[in-house]
Amino acid sequence: MTATSGFGAGKSMSPIGWLGVPIFLCAVATIVLATPVRILGFAIPQPVFPLALAFAWALIRPSVLPPFVLLVMGLFLDVFWGGEPGLWPLCFLSTYAAVLAVRRLILGQDFIVMWASYAAATALAFAVGYGVMAMIAGAFPSLIALGWQYFATLILFPFAHRLVGRFEDADVRFR
Amino acid sequence: MSLRDGPLGDIKVPLTWSAAAALVIAVIIAAALLLTHSHDPVKTGAYDAARHAVDAVESPVGAALSAPVRWTGDGVDYVRGYFFAVSENRQLKAQLAQAHTTQDQLEAMRVENARLRAVLGIATNPPLPHIAAETISDSHGPFANTRLANAGADQGVTEGNPVISEHGLVGRIVGVSKRVSRVLLLTDAESRTPVLLVRTNGRAILSGDGGESPKLDYLRTAMGVKEGDRVLTSGDGGVFPRGLPVGTVVRGLDGGWHVALDSDAAPIDFVQILLFTDFSQLADAQALAPKELPTAMTEEPNPSIAPTTSAPVPSKLGAPKAGLLKPGAAKPDAIKAPKAKLADASAVKPSAAKPAKPHVAKPSATAGDAKPATAMADGDAKASPPAHKPKPKPSTTPYSDVPL
Repeated sequence: MTATSGFGAGKSMSPIGWLGVPIFLCAVATIVLATPVRILGFAIPQPVFPLALAFAWALIRPSVLPPFVLLVMGLFLDVFWGGEPGLWPLCFLSTYAAVLAVRRLILGQDFIVMWASYAAATALAFAVGYGVMAMIAGAFPSLIALGWQYFATLILFPFAHRLVGRFEDADVRFR
Repeated sequence: MSLRDGPLGDIKVPLTWSAAAALVIAVIIAAALLLTHSHDPVKTGAYDAARHAVDAVESPVGAALSAPVRWTGDGVDYVRGYFFAVSENRQLKAQLAQAHTTQDQLEAMRVENARLRAVLGIATNPPLPHIAAETISDSHGPFANTRLANAGADQGVTEGNPVISEHGLVGRIVGVSKRVSRVLLLTDAESRTPVLLVRTNGRAILSGDGGESPKLDYLRTAMGVKEGDRVLTSGDGGVFPRGLPVGTVVRGLDGGWHVALDSDAAPIDFVQILLFTDFSQLADAQALAPKELPTAMTEEPNPSIAPTTSAPVPSKLGAPKAGLLKPGAAKPDAIKAPKAKLADASAVKPSAAKPAKPHVAKPSATAGDAKPATAMADGDAKASPPAHKPKPKPSTTPYSDVPL
């Protein structure tokens, strides 16, 4: 989807639109998927929704707000999932930093290339989490469990792509 | 005068720089939180208060979200049961026939078990108070495996309480709010549980790694490990009671020994929270033993089992170690034998004489008595076989009157 074809393209970027609404939807989706229900004997996958936002926000435009929103959202995930405080914020912020550093290389690329970039950025986030947990717990987390959550997060890329397509060209200063 | 009107008003900082500065600040905050967080479960800080607040809010939300999903599941089960009624009926008949056989075997074992308990005069771990709770949210990522249960401090739940399902051990409580509590599952990367292997009596630490099957670390057994070995809690350290079913040993993809958890046999919807924190305190004799013990009735000891007062205790039965002696339980001659030996010793060395007290021992390390605490408690309730007429014996003497 190109920016001009998106229904939000060309409109002014309000923080509520590109930061508030997506983060709220991520929180709701996270809470819904925490329901302790099994389908065909398997637990519901729990993708890390905010990673899609960390990727998209860094591409849309550099801003002061996203790091702090990601920090708050990461702390929420730590509290909600019962993890170590600061774990998920570090994961999100590392992804955001990496994508922000190379945003000019990623912007305008083909869908598949952007997906590959998203996969690399997400892998970085999980690598940071893996390292931090290994240091804290004194043992290495299961790579299989990590792989499942990584895969569940990878398939969220269309949402990130839609968010980028909707807001990328909204402000001509950041083309 | 506003800042824009001042000499610095014309300076424009690139947005990328300001974003990077914000990023650095956010990273510093996150790292500081991570490094300053106390991993001591006893100490509570601001983060724990925030977590409790979120848990309290999450509880009704999670319950409201899980209810319609459960209703849908029930509806699907109902429809499926209608369509598969005939085949299910055949299957149930076969299971019923098998259950009759199993019931006979269980009855025989129950009688044998009751008889052995009466002979040994022991009771096992005292029955523990527990409450039922429903899990209302679940996180099962590689970095955190926890659940939220809808019972909290108002119901008497405290941090450290073990949590079990109808199949086995689930985890322990690590956070308590007024009406909800957070359960750290055995699969969590920070979970460490002392366990024993029933077949070999080996000890190990069950270490969660975020996967479905936790690892067996620090394995200590002379007879090796086999796939299919049963794993129970060992009770070491006093965090968990001894004998709770944990799972079965399996070989992991990494080549190491893992445990397929019993609690994974079914969805963990409802759990029991054992309202006890430090199980090492169960061996506190003074707290448990009354001074005036009631007269205990026991069956006539089997001559082949009950020795004379000079005979040693059959080590195979492990009487001194087999569990926590119940103060009101029968005390046959077989148990008194070593006290008679002690009496002899005290005659030689008077200083060795000590006040008589009930023998209270930590659960033994023998595999034979490694049974779930609940099952042991049931067995204890039926410890006196009704077939024999109670007969006053020397074993009716209260412990406090037993000469050393």
